[in-house]
Amino acid sequence: MEIIQVVGLGLLVTILSLILKEQKPMFAFLLTACAALFIFIFLADKIAAVIRVIESLALETNVNLVYLKTILKIIGIAYIAELGAQIVRDSGFSSIASKIELAGKVLILVMAVPIIEVLIKTVISMLPASG
Amino acid sequence: MNFDINAIFQIAGIGIITAMIHTVLKQMGKEDMAHWATVIGFVVVMFMVIRLLDQLFQEIKTIFLFQ
Repeated sequence: MEIIQVVGLGLLVTILSLILKEQKPMFAFLLTACAALFIFIFLADKIAAVIRVIESLALETNVNLVYLKTILKIIGIAYIAELGAQIVRDSGFSSIASKIELAGKVLILVMAVPIIEVLIKTVISMLPASG
Repeated sequence: MNFDINAIFQIAGIGIITAMIHTVLKQMGKEDMAHWATVIGFVVVMFMVIRLLDQLFQEIKTIFLFQ
């Protein structure tokens, strides 16, 4: 029942940072950032287990590993961008958070271009008029 | 879930104690000392958070980026 621990941590941090916000808002920010990092590190372990399974499946079925690596990198970028954007948004800077999210989206698009290229080439080679 | 819950309490405690020190020093009329105390407490907490951030980034690199 790890979800209970996560929820407990969240409630605890919320109460503590409500107390701290009265006196020193900076410390409240660092406290929430610390809690967010804890939860993300905890989740990273769980995601690692899933990814090991996906990796072994890909090795068994002879899928080109480049695709798998690209997809994993995209997931990693999404993970980090989400974390950063949420921490920044919590402290009230929505515009910077939006820029972080935009950067995440653009970098994911850049990573995905080779896959999209292969996909479109496959579709074109299937067309009868491509000859 | 094997993380160190003490860090949360440490950060909250440092924050509360720093706020107290700030108030006491301000009452004694040492404004600049009060600000220095706040800054030092902030730097200490920031080191803890940055160490955690580094840990998270290393973990994400090993999991997602095959390094």
